[in-house]
Amino acid sequence: MTAYIIRRILMLFPVLFGMSVLVFSIIYLIPGNPAQIMLGQRATPEAIAEVEKQLGLDQPFYIQYFDYVGNLLTGDLGTSIKTKGAVAAELFPHLLATVELTIVAMTIAIFIGVNAGIISAWLHNTIADYAVMVFALVGVSMPVFWLGLMEQYIFAVELSWLPSTSRTNALTDVNPITHLYLIDTLIQGEYAQFKDVLRHIILPSVALATIPMAIIARITRSSMLDVMKSDYIRTARAKGVKGFIVVYKHSLRNAVIPVMTVIGLQAGLLLGGAILTETIFGWPGLGRYIYDAIQARDYPVIQSGILVVATIFVFINLIVDLLYAVVDPRIKYN
Amino acid sequence: MLKEYELQVKGLRTSFFTDDGEVPAVDDVDFYVREGEILGIVGESGCGKSVTSLSVMGLIPKPPGKIVGGEILFKGEDLVHASEKRMRKLRGNDIAMIFQEPMTSLNPLFTIGDQLVEALLTHKKVNKKQARQKAVEKMKLVGLPRAEELLDDYPHQLSGGMRQRVMIAMALMCDPKVLIADEPTTALDVTIQKQILKLMRELNKKLNMAIIMITHDLGVVAEVCDRVTVMYSGKVVEESDVKTIFKNPQHPYTKGLLASIPDIRDKVDTLYSIPGNVPKPGSIKRGCRFAPRCQFAFDRCFEEDPELYEVSEPNHLARCFLLDEEGEQQ
Ligand SMILES: Nc1ncnc2c1ncn2[C@@H]1O[C@H](COP(=O)(O)OP(=O)(O)OP(=O)(O)O)[C@@H](O)[C@H]1O
Ligand code: SF4
Ligand SMILES: [Mg+2]
Repeated sequence: MTAYIIRRILMLFPVLFGMSVLVFSIIYLIPGNPAQIMLGQRATPEAIAEVEKQLGLDQPFYIQYFDYVGNLLTGDLGTSIKTKGAVAAELFPHLLATVELTIVAMTIAIFIGVNAGIISAWLHNTIADYAVMVFALVGVSMPVFWLGLMEQYIFAVELSWLPSTSRTNALTDVNPITHLYLIDTLIQGEYAQFKDVLRHIILPSVALATIPMAIIARITRSSMLDVMKSDYIRTARAKGVKGFIVVYKHSLRNAVIPVMTVIGLQAGLLLGGAILTETIFGWPGLGRYIYDAIQARDYPVIQSGILVVATIFVFINLIVDLLYAVVDPRIKYN
Repeated sequence: MLKEYELQVKGLRTSFFTDDGEVPAVDDVDFYVREGEILGIVGESGCGKSVTSLSVMGLIPKPPGKIVGGEILFKGEDLVHASEKRMRKLRGNDIAMIFQEPMTSLNPLFTIGDQLVEALLTHKKVNKKQARQKAVEKMKLVGLPRAEELLDDYPHQLSGGMRQRVMIAMALMCDPKVLIADEPTTALDVTIQKQILKLMRELNKKLNMAIIMITHDLGVVAEVCDRVTVMYSGKVVEESDVKTIFKNPQHPYTKGLLASIPDIRDKVDTLYSIPGNVPKPGSIKRGCRFAPRCQFAFDRCFEEDPELYEVSEPNHLARCFLLDEEGEQQ
């Protein structure tokens, strides 16, 4: 097991190296002078020279790259052109806002998706199975922004049950510790705030959960159907084991491996690409942050944002791979 | 003293309802097995041996499968109409089964120990420690070395022969009254086959357990069984005690099977084999199922279905018109 983990972690280095080179090169892929583009047509030569120096563009390529990586390793993600602030400090709260939203959305998606898939497989070719499959089909085909708008219309405008935008009620600011507001409010004993934060996260997380939920339900179903035909499931039944245990213990554990792959992929997508949902729900997340930076041609922010998203992807992959080994004893040995 | 019937199967019919219509995989099968007895069920591949045993266990995949007729009596209790809950109580506890495929019949993600104790924890009031002790005891019984260590191994760490022994140990965990062994040795090499057969015989003597030994190999029958039922295309074609079948086979199919047993004393290299193939169940609608391959077939064989006729010896039956004393022959 340890050898497997070490091997898997060593494999990260070339990936991270490649990513850093790619992200670093973004600035050179822009046609024309980056400093000029950032500052606009009417910038003075002095201002351009200033920005070039700030970006290190006057240095040779490899020195620039080593400086860049050196900075990254000390946690310096560069300086925003627009706000002149450190990108790391600005990005962090946005990142955690997105992480919180993703965790809640994926929890919903996994819980409902996996169980729907199991029930669908268990009651194969019954009404329940067809119902789940229809919902899953609708789920994957529904545009998320449309679903978000409908949610807001129904639950915020018509019924006034839930707030439609932002993370909290503006009057009661959360004192950030981890920047995961659900946790921050809880550890500070602010239960009224906790409830408020929870109410705010429901609509966006449900909207975000739909597609992953539908995909997870489908994969779980087909994987379970395969497993339930296998000889060892017949063996378990021949022992007189209850149907529920056959399904949730013997079958699910075997069926879960392809499901984990999909969960990792979907979580990665939500962390990096929920721009539309974050915009609709006024969620101050990473997607919004990068999107705004693109609008403003704030290249250091764009670079670091992409790097952070890509790194998260890589680490989610690592976690999924390590979980494989936890679930399947055969993986450790080959 | 007449021994008690542990399991009686009467007129069992199990069909699969597929897109091409009904496939009568088991079509009117009778057999019984008594306490302490080993019954052999023999027949070529596809004749319905596994479907018969899965029917007894209540494990026919449905859909598409269904028991469409007949009775399965365990100590007189009807199992065909028993509730799933009742069947669950019996499975693994009173009736246990060893499957044909040792490589795939164990769950790859659970340890041998977990899988062994499961039946015991399901059916008996024992704690984990007692269950593990019992597992070690059964593993030793089936001749598995270093039983304690094996408990924490996973199936992929074991050879095919060891896995099949684990399957046997697993089936024995609750000391079942009836053990159905579906070709327990087919997937294994000859030496291990010999060991496992010897083991089955010993277990039968030691535990006085009724065993149904399913095989396509009459050599296995000769080695371990007391009585034998020969199946062909979903039907029983001959039934008798083992001595009789080897001395005085009546059904042409049984004779063919006997002729095709490899004999070490035989100097001839080429083995006899019955010409033709087992017909797909349901493909022969009328007449004796064996007629297309039978060298004795005559007109009547293609017109009517033969019944099981009694042969002169006691408890010897065969499904062939050649034994019909009243009817015309040739
Ligand atoms: N799931 C199924 N769907 C349709 N037909 C089936 C199914 N399972 C079995 N059958 C039919 O039942 C017949 C008997 O199969 P069975 O597995 O009992 O044969 P067998 O005697 O055990 O053969 P083998 O020696 O190869 O194990 C087969 O010919 C097949 O056509
Ligand atoms: S009934 Fe006819 S075809 Fe069938 S086994 Fe007897 S002789 Fe052969
Ligand atoms: Mg079989």
